Amino acid sequence: MKSVNTELGATSELFMLLASIAYVVALIFFVLDLVKSSRTIGAVEARLAAGQVPAQAKVLAGARGGASAAAPAGPATADTSMDYSAGPRRSSARIAVALTVVATVIHGAAVLTRGIAAGRVPWGNMYEFCTTGALVVSLIFLITLTRKDLRFVGSFVIGLVVIMLCAATVGFATPVANLIPALQSYWLIVHVSIAVASSALFTLTFAMSVLQLIQSSREARIAAGGPDKAGFMRLVPPALSLENLSYRLNAIAFVGWTFTLIAGAIWAEAAWGRYWGWDTKEVWTFVIWTVYAGYLHARATKGWTGTRAAWLSIVGYLCIVFNFTIVNIYFSGLHSYSGV
Amino acid sequence: MVNKDTARTKGTQPDAALPALGFTGTLRWAWKQLTSMRIALFLLLLLAVAAVPGSLFPQRSANPAVVTTYLQDHPDSGPILDWFQLFDVYSSVWFSSIYLLLFISLIGCVTPRAIAHARAVRAKPPATPRRLSRMPVYGTLEIPAARASGAAITPASAVADAAALLKKRGYRVDVRDADGDRPSVAAERGFSKELGNLVFHSSLIGVLVSVAVGGLFGYNGQKVIVEGDTFVNTLVGYDAFTPGTNFSDDQLEPYSIRLDAFDVQFDRAQESHYGQPLDFTASLTTQDGPDAEPKKQTLKVNAPVDIGGTSVYLVGNGYAPVITVRDGEGNIAVQGPVVTIPSDGLYTSLAVIKAPDARPEQLGFVGFFLPTAFVDEKGVSFSRDPDPFNPQLNLNSYAGDLGLDGGEPKNVYVLDTDNLTELNSRNSDNGGIVLGLGETYDLPEGKGSITFDGLKRYIAVDIHHDPAQVGALVFSVLALAGLSASLFIGRRRAWVRTGEHPDGRVLVEYGLLARGEDPRLPAEGAAVEKLLTSHWLAHPDKAGENQLQPAGAPAAGTGAGTDGDNGKDNE
Repeated sequence: MKSVNTELGATSELFMLLASIAYVVALIFFVLDLVKSSRTIGAVEARLAAGQVPAQAKVLAGARGGASAAAPAGPATADTSMDYSAGPRRSSARIAVALTVVATVIHGAAVLTRGIAAGRVPWGNMYEFCTTGALVVSLIFLITLTRKDLRFVGSFVIGLVVIMLCAATVGFATPVANLIPALQSYWLIVHVSIAVASSALFTLTFAMSVLQLIQSSREARIAAGGPDKAGFMRLVPPALSLENLSYRLNAIAFVGWTFTLIAGAIWAEAAWGRYWGWDTKEVWTFVIWTVYAGYLHARATKGWTGTRAAWLSIVGYLCIVFNFTIVNIYFSGLHSYSGV
Repeated sequence: MVNKDTARTKGTQPDAALPALGFTGTLRWAWKQLTSMRIALFLLLLLAVAAVPGSLFPQRSANPAVVTTYLQDHPDSGPILDWFQLFDVYSSVWFSSIYLLLFISLIGCVTPRAIAHARAVRAKPPATPRRLSRMPVYGTLEIPAARASGAAITPASAVADAAALLKKRGYRVDVRDADGDRPSVAAERGFSKELGNLVFHSSLIGVLVSVAVGGLFGYNGQKVIVEGDTFVNTLVGYDAFTPGTNFSDDQLEPYSIRLDAFDVQFDRAQESHYGQPLDFTASLTTQDGPDAEPKKQTLKVNAPVDIGGTSVYLVGNGYAPVITVRDGEGNIAVQGPVVTIPSDGLYTSLAVIKAPDARPEQLGFVGFFLPTAFVDEKGVSFSRDPDPFNPQLNLNSYAGDLGLDGGEPKNVYVLDTDNLTELNSRNSDNGGIVLGLGETYDLPEGKGSITFDGLKRYIAVDIHHDPAQVGALVFSVLALAGLSASLFIGRRRAWVRTGEHPDGRVLVEYGLLARGEDPRLPAEGAAVEKLLTSHWLAHPDKAGENQLQPAGAPAAGTGAGTDGDNGKDNE
């Protein structure tokens, strides 16, 4: 019989705590960045209004180096390309990203030691799914940061990571243990890892869809001559480019989710003798798949792009959260391995 | 809802409210509506919503007993919910009609697209737009006069070069005006994007058909096998059997399975997960038919045994105490293992024993089996370990009419005490029956006795036959491949046009256009430019004098499709 290493399990929990603390500090700096940057821009614009700054400065300050946002009609937003540009240094954002890197490294160590302690992949119960999922969210965010300036979404994403870690340690805490026979299959590695990765991508697009909704209502309000109530949204690109990027990420995540569904069906056949049986978890995985399929179709349907598509992306993510929390804990079914 | 009603008119009569359209007109209108993207999207989202109730209410397909209990517990709302088929959601009329409409809509959408695609694959790439500079990605190059004459590059040869290079890159190419002043090449690639889309949607139909075929010709059954017992694959051999619609008895091959031993392993190293199962292994002896060689096989969770066209799955296990019940006349009324139902992880198991042959009165027992019995401070017995270190039966006994003689089917795991008199129980004066291994208890009033002779384990197996399972897998994998192709392949068009300046320079311009959204189009443009540049600048010794001047800055922000030529790309 394999025995688990409880001592290493305790070390993993310590790492997890340290990572959570680092994430919280990173979150504080991300929020600080939003507040500070929007205040700086606000001050520049106030001076502009007073006629103290020449016209060219408006382009620099308002658009943060982006050409498109300098168009006189639209409200101030970040550059559509989401590339790092020559805008003013955002020292808080830099600290926040550095802290996120540190937190992710500690977090990675926590997940790794958990896996070594259990002698298997670290996603055998809800605690492990949640902590590993949060790590993947954070990793994907950092990887995307190397290519695109998505720091505007940092407070949102790292906020979600902190929530996931809190939920795991407070709500789903489970000491490290062996797997029950039903989970002893290599499909655990395949099926669950892709589910984790897809859920992590959906987490990112959820954050972007929420920002898209805020940005598009802000754009509409300003276009109608109203006041700019959400000044921090200047750091965020226009709604349309948010929509395009989240569509690309959702497309990848949707393929992953389809794979999760198929791999799950193959595993279900090996374990329970049928590939599909409308178990509660299967129902919700199907519902999520259908909602995101609807999202992809909505992008090609007149009148459904933009805000409505964003809502579908948000509803899809809420279904994922529901599937993971409520369905796992309160619904009886074959997938009751939460360990809670 | 509109589309549902209109779809129904197809088979019956034209809608009286729409006389102007006429019968065929109405049909055409209904078909157009049903196959529109808007309705497809609506049906898709409706399907998601319709699937939800199946997770909120117990389903007969999963566990009919839970539905029966639910109906008993909710005598008012239960029948109403039942009328709306909320206990059979996935076979209900409304759920079926949604997905059938969705699939009709899908077929109606995919078929014309497939025809159009077949045509597009055979068609030549579209004509070169007059003003390439209006393409979302556009660039120019020039080959200096010295280099052009030295390497004998003419506008026509340059176009031929470009065509060869684009072809190598996976484009289908077509050279236009090869002999004219401004020859050009039109190229197109990424046809597998649309092909993938069509494969994905067609494969979904394949999955649905596979599921239907499985329902027609498949079957499944459940059987409990106690250690030492043999199951023979015949209809009477099963405890429960669900045949497919087209099932016939001769589909069952008469193989047999004997459970030689069942080994379990529980986790005791860990305080937090004490008693959690680590391994279940059933050792079987199987025979493919009455005369076949016996074979030793191992059955585990996640590792089914394939035999006689079926798969046998290990889905449950428990204890079967071996008992002997003697009646008031001293005759053996029941003897053998009694299957008990575990109710927790420590195998505290429900036991029901019925002795319909007991005389003068029938006897019934109900209670618990505890593998490792302990008594807490309140005097309540409980199990402390899933393994049988101190096996014990705790029973109440009854005498009277078991209600089995009327021929009505009764659940073997439930004792109906309505027509029974309690002989003893934990609450009565003479206490309940507590039996250790090998012990005998004499019932009050000389009604008989019960002996706990021994202990065996049993396994519960599911036996499935689904001839369409492989089809479902193949179509699912095809769907995944098609989906990836349709989402990640870019459908692009590229044009390269050349001309000769009077001073001898050869001027080259190129433009690229994507069908639909394609964020990687600028990268493709850069790659094409690099190809052309490196091809015409192949001799490094002449690089100094032959300066190529790529003017590759893509015309950012230019809206695609302002040209009449490519207007159809933006439909």
